Amino acid sequence: MSHAKRGFAADLRIRLAQNTALLTVIAVFVLFYGFYNANHPRGFTTAVYIQNANEVFALAMVAMAQTLPVLLGGLDLSVGAIMTLVNCLASLVLNGSPVQIALGVLLCMATGAACGLVNGCVVVYGRIQPIIATLATGAVFLGLALFLRPSPGGDVDGDLSWAATNDLFEIAATYGFADDGEAAWFQPIANVPVPLVLLVVVALFVWLPFARSVTGRTVYAIGSGEGAAYMSGLPIDRARLAAFTLGGFFAGLGGLYLALQTSSGNADIPQAGAYTLNSIAAVVIGGTSLLGGVGSAIGSIFGALVLRTISFNFRIFEIDPLLQPLFEGVVLLAAVSLGAIRVLRVKNTLDLFR
Amino acid sequence: MPHLQLVGITKRYGGVTALDDVDFACELGSVHAVLGENGAGKSTLIKTMAGVVRPDAGQILLDGKPVSFATPAQANAAGIVCIFQELSLLPDLSVADNISIAAPPRRFGLIDRHAQRRRAEELLARIRCEDVNPLSRIRDLSLSRRQMVEIAKALGQDPSVLILDEATSALTAADVDNVFDILRLLRDDGIAILTISHRMHEIEAVADRCSVFRNGRHIDSFDQGARSADEIVRMMIGRDIEAHFPAKRERVDTGTALEARGFGWAGRLHDIDLRIGKGEILGLGGLDGQGQKELLLGLFGVLKNTVGEVTVDGEVVRLDSPVAAKGDALGIALIPEDRKTEGLMLPMSIADNLTIASLARLSNGPFIDGAALERAVADGIARMHIKVGSPDDPVATLSGGNQQKVVIAKWLMTEPRIILLNDPTRGIDVGTKQEIYALLRTLAEAGTAILYYSTDYEELIGCCDRVLVMYDGRVIRELTGDDIDEHEIIASSLNADAIADAIADAVADADTTAHGPAATAGDGPARRAGT
Repeated sequence: MSHAKRGFAADLRIRLAQNTALLTVIAVFVLFYGFYNANHPRGFTTAVYIQNANEVFALAMVAMAQTLPVLLGGLDLSVGAIMTLVNCLASLVLNGSPVQIALGVLLCMATGAACGLVNGCVVVYGRIQPIIATLATGAVFLGLALFLRPSPGGDVDGDLSWAATNDLFEIAATYGFADDGEAAWFQPIANVPVPLVLLVVVALFVWLPFARSVTGRTVYAIGSGEGAAYMSGLPIDRARLAAFTLGGFFAGLGGLYLALQTSSGNADIPQAGAYTLNSIAAVVIGGTSLLGGVGSAIGSIFGALVLRTISFNFRIFEIDPLLQPLFEGVVLLAAVSLGAIRVLRVKNTLDLFR
Repeated sequence: MPHLQLVGITKRYGGVTALDDVDFACELGSVHAVLGENGAGKSTLIKTMAGVVRPDAGQILLDGKPVSFATPAQANAAGIVCIFQELSLLPDLSVADNISIAAPPRRFGLIDRHAQRRRAEELLARIRCEDVNPLSRIRDLSLSRRQMVEIAKALGQDPSVLILDEATSALTAADVDNVFDILRLLRDDGIAILTISHRMHEIEAVADRCSVFRNGRHIDSFDQGARSADEIVRMMIGRDIEAHFPAKRERVDTGTALEARGFGWAGRLHDIDLRIGKGEILGLGGLDGQGQKELLLGLFGVLKNTVGEVTVDGEVVRLDSPVAAKGDALGIALIPEDRKTEGLMLPMSIADNLTIASLARLSNGPFIDGAALERAVADGIARMHIKVGSPDDPVATLSGGNQQKVVIAKWLMTEPRIILLNDPTRGIDVGTKQEIYALLRTLAEAGTAILYYSTDYEELIGCCDRVLVMYDGRVIRELTGDDIDEHEIIASSLNADAIADAIADAVADADTTAHGPAATAGDGPARRAGT
């Protein structure tokens, strides 16, 4: 009995030590977001939660997308472009009869995954470094986006857009279930923002199963030591293809949501670039190592939340827009530095290079 | 009929013939040792069996049927499992993940972490490593424990042929005994075991049959005990060897090169006093992992917040970085333990690696002097007899022994006055070892002070003028002259427990909050005390 207890305590200590980065970014988010709400005139209300959840969803998806190539030890410069391409596509296909809309949603998801698969093929079969492969494919994806939507606009089904960007009550009211959202059992969850639900669904039902599959394990193994992964007889090429494809799928979900949120598509090249760079920042804040092998998409979600919360705070304190990039940079630097605190504890300087 | 048979295997790398028409066979229920110098073809032999390398000609027969492996996974599936010299573990994954990496237990298509953990616990218990927590990351384990995990991982694949390539070179003495017990059990279960080792006494301890390779050819196979160690060594190097170690001469004390007083660090090194005379080879002994490596790193300025005083040539010095340590004022060189990560930049050329620590003296202002560089490279290669095709080849293309020579040549080029060596002969062949012994003696006679940590007791006995035995971060015994023999070293390493307990009790009495040294990664001395 005492042995089992000691075992449990030891296990817990190991788990905590291995998840310090994730716990830290969650704590930072809670702190920042609590501060924001405390200073917001309508803080801690459903309206604020819904608005924020809407603003964060696309970046969270793109950050999840970026996590996969980073775990492999590379970078994907096309995640913003895939998001933009799917966004433009969505602005063309998300309308008509319910069946047409459903097919449109599927088409958007498939397009994101297909773009990721293209990246994967170039990297795996072309033996090209991910960073340069995706720089090229990203430009191609943006070109396609411009071709699909030379000028901003589009036609997105209003009901779907409304339902996806509000709380669960509005979904029930729009599509008429749970007594139009008035049923007593529905009330405890009626005010949960839809994008938050979607985020949890994607994390629980797409990311976690992937991380616990042999393919997902192989992705971590490749980032940790490709030679050893090969010698262990792991399916390396398949895992790389899967990682890029899943990354494309996540980025596509971000673009799909952006179309619902803005009811339009826009082949906005600077925006695509900004999303790509922010996704890298979110991944790093979320505790994923740029060397590969360590981290998770869950951390990246919180990294995206932290990044967005920084901008939310600017709105409250009415900081001069001209100064915002400066502040953003400083806060970002500070947030990333949190991850480097371990350096101060290192007593064997050789460990700094491991 | 032999279980695994190689017929007429030939493998060439460019112009080099690694295996030349080799016939080889091994039987179930037998431990078969493969012996040979570096470049003799042992590694290529086992890589061929393990599906890493495809032979240019010849056939592999398993139970009399021809087989061919395109990948390591196919060889594993056929029951041939290899534990490679380069660890095949993934540092960022947990012990349990690593043990089941190739075929994890699954439930509903996903990895079943509970089953995986139980499996890891069972396999670790089988090799008596219950102290390793399956949740720990490999990165956080000591080298010896990683190697044991590697063995557990191999056993998990139910091999019929188990190949160990230098698998014991990173192990502590107690773990070596464990591994040998396990190998004997596996042999009695009817598994064929192939082992490569450079340690003669280990082969005597465990092998049933030996095969000697030289220059890519299979020279001879015989039952263990049929040939004397000397005969075997002669067969391996193809020439007679004289004395194993160069003769020690009577030393005259010509002053102190380096002295440390009360040296300590972060609960791992305690109150160490040592003095290395000019022209002296001072050995560091004791069980593996008792602070010897940390002491060397500390003297090279790698550790932060060390306490105590270090003097070089009588002057108190600040050791705060390798840059300072190797500078002209101190002239210290450290030949590190792991040549692949700390000794060499593998993708860079032999020439670049040789000169990388001495660029300052090979430059005119900010620019590297090409002619001086070329001369220095040629000198280094000639001095250490490094076998190279071209100095511009990547250093990764050299064999292990030649890589180690590059590391040593690189540091000799800095013209050090004090050389720290961290187990420099690990995993290299007999011929190269002897060259290194001779070199150390020559350097010492020229006045260089040498601090030599080795896990091989024979080297300490053969090479060193004095030996300090370390235990739990302390120097507990100094051996000089005729006292330096295997019995004394082992006895003081092991009896250290009693001494250390006494010290620990005294410390505990003085300070009840003092924490034990055995907390790190289960490599504590308590486990070893019994064996």
